[in-house]
Amino acid sequence: MEKRFVYADNAATTRVSDEVVAAMLPYFTENYGNPSAVYGFAGKAKEAIEKARGQVAAALNAEPSEIFFLSCGTEADNWALKGAAALKKDKGRHIISTPFEHHAILHSLDTLKKEGFEVTFLPVYDNGRVKVEDLKAAIREDTILVSIMFANNEIGSVQPIAEIGAVCREKGILFHTDAVQAIGHVPVDVKAMNIDMLSLSGHKFHAPKGIGAMYLRKGISIPNFMDGGGQEKRRRAGTESVPFIVGLGTAIEIATNKLPEESKRVAALRDKLIDGILERIPDVKVNGDRVHRLPGNVNVSIKFVEGESLLMMLDANGICAASGSACTSGSLDPSHVLMAIGLDHATAHGSLRFSFADYSTEEDVDYILEKLPPIVERLRAMSPLGRE
Amino acid sequence: MMYSEKVMDHFMSPRNVGEIADANAIGEVGNPTCGDIMRIYMKIENGVIQDVKFKTFGCGAAVATSSMATEMVKGKTIAEALQLSNKAVADALDGLPPVKLHCSVLAEDAIKAALIDYYKRQGIDPKPIVGYDSVEEMECCHGHDHGHEGCQNG
Repeated sequence: MEKRFVYADNAATTRVSDEVVAAMLPYFTENYGNPSAVYGFAGKAKEAIEKARGQVAAALNAEPSEIFFLSCGTEADNWALKGAAALKKDKGRHIISTPFEHHAILHSLDTLKKEGFEVTFLPVYDNGRVKVEDLKAAIREDTILVSIMFANNEIGSVQPIAEIGAVCREKGILFHTDAVQAIGHVPVDVKAMNIDMLSLSGHKFHAPKGIGAMYLRKGISIPNFMDGGGQEKRRRAGTESVPFIVGLGTAIEIATNKLPEESKRVAALRDKLIDGILERIPDVKVNGDRVHRLPGNVNVSIKFVEGESLLMMLDANGICAASGSACTSGSLDPSHVLMAIGLDHATAHGSLRFSFADYSTEEDVDYILEKLPPIVERLRAMSPLGRE
Repeated sequence: MMYSEKVMDHFMSPRNVGEIADANAIGEVGNPTCGDIMRIYMKIENGVIQDVKFKTFGCGAAVATSSMATEMVKGKTIAEALQLSNKAVADALDGLPPVKLHCSVLAEDAIKAALIDYYKRQGIDPKPIVGYDSVEEMECCHGHDHGHEGCQNG
């Protein structure tokens, strides 16, 4: 096959879609008024924000008043955790989470630990899924918050969110989920799933980077994270990024409308790639649950080779992918996610993630399946490791 | 992560990959926990490294430094090979990103490990010549310098 450019790192970020760009453009050069201004010209910007809020609310089955725009998923995670802890600290100081959350959660929890909160991390097992029985057993009198990601960013395992939500609601414990990887890719219903707080980020579903939102269930009055002007009902200060909010609203509406068909199409690409790799390359392990899995996520460990070397060879062939090896994490330890599901270091160093979204095609999968086996063969021939 | 053109060249077309069937010096350093392992084979005659080959499990920098280090010692005397510093290997590659500097130490250590093996095979104490009794002693000494603290945590 002729050399192609294959972008297979959609879990890192996605291409902004043409429809989203088109929807955003008028808010840079035509309707650029400050939404807080009184004159009619600014009204168009204000209307655009409220339309986008409605689009986000509809996608989550929430009320528009429960949606707050902010800068990114990390901000939403920080606000939710630190806000919930501050709100409930007189009731208790125990929080339940998982060891393979995004660092926006884990590092926020580190901060809370320094302030005297105690965190229990539930086991995530080799398939990367939490068990509801473990959650029930971990809940204490002083448990005030449960934060469990909707779907894992590295291995794609989707958590039993509805069951977790039901347990938390029954016990009167706040339930936050970092749904950054899930939104636009799997159905999310905050009412049916009893979610109290949810973080989302636009650039994971074809909106631009730099815009996110938090769903905060009516009646939960966590303290503000950003103090300042009266934007977002005084809950999140700062002049609204109108074009980006419009982009987020447009993207989430498109993603939600085509989710039933698109998730099937992308899941077929995922399964073709996983099965194709297992067929063509010996000594490969699939990381994460094969059933409860994001439609676009492929994560495999290729034994006896190292992830960064794989990525560099793939890059030389025009393929963008990711790895959880130490050399790609910038530290000397492999990804905390792969460690949490019990991989040994060598297997984690050889991990490879391909992630698909709207622009991914079957040709992309075929091309990866053509290029990857000889790359692995070449690196294995160079490796001192091998079958005992 | 930005690698120099030389690093990319030595990664994409590594020199001296493989094994030497009748090697009389074999050294291996690193471990899978750290994410890189380098094994080096040498054929030494009359104090000169006639041939050298390597096998490496590791990142782009580990492969490139293995390739460059083997080039730099091939045809050299043992005394010259012992002078090879990790800095010289990194410099020859037009530098390495700071987080990757420990990879160049791996190459320097692998050469020393092979020479320790060379002397041991002949019943000669390697300590006065190479500086270490064993690979374990060398790696232990370097543990703090080249950021392999991760090994102990593993």
